[in-house]
Amino acid sequence: MAFRAEKSEKVNQMFLEVKNLKVSVDGASILNGLNLSVSRGETHVLMGPNGAGKSTLVNTIMGHPQYKVEEGSILFDGKDITHLPADERAKAGLFLSFQNPEEVPGVTLENFLRTSRAAVTGRPVRLFAFKKELKEKMAALGMEDGYASRYLNVGFSGGEKKKSEILQMLMLNPKLAILDETDSGLDVDAVKIVSQGVRQFKNKDNSLLIITHNTKILEYLDVDTVHVLMDGRIVKEGDSTLIDRINESGFQQLAPSSAV
Amino acid sequence: MGKNKAKVRDIDRTIYDIKDKVNASYKVQEGLTPKIVNEISVAKNDPEWMRAFRLKSLEIYNRLPLPSWGPSLDGLNMDDIVTYIRPNTPMRGKWSEVPDDIKNTFERLGIPEAERKSLAGVGAQYDSEVVYHNVREEVRRQGVVYTDMESAVRDPVYGPMVRSHFMKLVPPTDHKFVALHGAVWSGGSFVYVPPHVKVSIPLQSYFRLNAPGAGQFEHTLIILGEGADLHFIEGCSAPKYNVANLHAGCVELYVAKNAHLRYSTIENWSKNMYNLNTKRALVEEGGTMEWVSGSFGSHVSELYPMSILKGENARMEFTGITFAGKGQSLDTGAKVVHAAPHTYSSINTKSISKDGGSCTYRSSVEIPPQAHGCKSSVSCESLMLDDISRSDTIPVMDIRSDDVDVGHEAKIGRISDDAIFYLMSRGLSEQDARSMIVTGFAEPVAKELPVEYAVEMNNLIKLEMEGAIG
Repeated sequence: MAFRAEKSEKVNQMFLEVKNLKVSVDGASILNGLNLSVSRGETHVLMGPNGAGKSTLVNTIMGHPQYKVEEGSILFDGKDITHLPADERAKAGLFLSFQNPEEVPGVTLENFLRTSRAAVTGRPVRLFAFKKELKEKMAALGMEDGYASRYLNVGFSGGEKKKSEILQMLMLNPKLAILDETDSGLDVDAVKIVSQGVRQFKNKDNSLLIITHNTKILEYLDVDTVHVLMDGRIVKEGDSTLIDRINESGFQQLAPSSAV
Repeated sequence: MGKNKAKVRDIDRTIYDIKDKVNASYKVQEGLTPKIVNEISVAKNDPEWMRAFRLKSLEIYNRLPLPSWGPSLDGLNMDDIVTYIRPNTPMRGKWSEVPDDIKNTFERLGIPEAERKSLAGVGAQYDSEVVYHNVREEVRRQGVVYTDMESAVRDPVYGPMVRSHFMKLVPPTDHKFVALHGAVWSGGSFVYVPPHVKVSIPLQSYFRLNAPGAGQFEHTLIILGEGADLHFIEGCSAPKYNVANLHAGCVELYVAKNAHLRYSTIENWSKNMYNLNTKRALVEEGGTMEWVSGSFGSHVSELYPMSILKGENARMEFTGITFAGKGQSLDTGAKVVHAAPHTYSSINTKSISKDGGSCTYRSSVEIPPQAHGCKSSVSCESLMLDDISRSDTIPVMDIRSDDVDVGHEAKIGRISDDAIFYLMSRGLSEQDARSMIVTGFAEPVAKELPVEYAVEMNNLIKLEMEGAIG
């Protein structure tokens, strides 16, 4: 695996390219020169111990203003997005499924999705086609019709919130979806439904970056690359067999003796 | 809108034991003389009882001090007000003098040209007059009386009914501005719904439709017979601009046994206005009073619709929203007196303050000793959109009965950065994200409004969030 992509024609094949990224939050540095690349059509998994900086990385990629980029850059689909606001990144085709999505009282899931769809595509939404599509995708995720008229995430259980995130992913159809522990806190059946939803989303042109502690969600996907994040850096990359090694022996075996 | 100063003054005295001080330097009211009030009365062709009532109110007005609590009234120009309430002084100004920001707002809200001029207080009557007459005709067939207040006072059939109810619920002695109202009131609506008649369409206040100079001291009197049902809508979301800067209207609502009245208001006075309005409802046994109130405009508002639950099992529900932007101090809430056992009240309010605006929630719930088995719940939620805005909550409860169920909940919050980020990560611009969160916050009020008003209100919130309206 190329750690650092050379500045070459290769950039065009790289969908997401994070270069030497240093990020701080409230003055504390969390990422210390991180490099990571995801190509078009690939499925990547990001693993790492708690507190390693996984959520910092994905929130920074999505553009959360709380995370300050001190150095480095983020390229997406050939464009430098390092300093773009989150909505511009969404329009460029990025999506983040949140670990703990916010509750937004008074705004129905359907209304929100319609507004988002129009914003992301830049085109007015055709109402009947949209409703039909929404209904089908909700059914596939085992969500009852009533969810569409519930307020966004308000009173949703943990599982319902995760399904709602996957529904949003399916409706917005991004080029690269980042799933931040979308499978955590779910029962066996819910993991299965969510995993099927993710598989339904995946095609040869889009990419996935999945943060997980669980291998269940990966059973439905062909994993191309696994990245291990420790102490704010990628310390190891490999194919899917790396997941088994980590599950057997833990992360510490991978920690470089010279770890910062 | 706004209202019931008397009730709040009561709060002031009982809770804080502060006496109103007479402002000795306040001499302007000398400008309003019995001669002027007589002229008004003659010009309106009042019956003798009304002329006497106006003169008595004037005496009270000249005697009462300005209130010493609440937002500052220093900017209130009583000279202008006296000037503009003289008969033969056109209340309307010139279209060219209407501030540009208000004209722009009309434009952006999509208000038709004729109605814009009317709302700005400069137009003549326009097409909506026809609508008004058609509505009148439709409800007349049900036996409903729906007319302007002046006609009702003079009506040979309904005149006596007006006389026995007019300012009986809100007497001129309540506070200075309602005394002024009693002396110079003009315009407004009278509605009478006979027993067991259910009016199927919401009635809209006459003064929205009949523009010239109206809407400043308008009087609304609604009387529902036993088991009657009515939804009355006052106001609209376009800014109402008037040359004088005081609005001191009065609303009196009589809800008979088992009757049901919903009174909806979206108020958006121009931002030079002092909105000191008094509204009160008397609810008999088994009757229901529902208030839906939106306060967006004015420089200063004091508005606390009051419900007196007089008969057993009477109910009142108040749903309100207040949005204060730059330079606005909006003091709003509700008051309820549980005067009978087994009465129920529910107050739900939302307030939003932004750009240095100030919202004060002020309410009073009174349950006297004999009123056992009552239930009351009060909930107020405030949202501050920045660090320079202000939100205060002054809920007062005077509960003298043990056998009651009373609850109160207050929340003050800000829009979290995480919520903004969440919506932005789905493609919404920061402004649209904020706007969506605020609109969602207001949703419990919007859903109580007829759809066209809810749409107007949401448009207004969006405009306010853009800072497009001064």
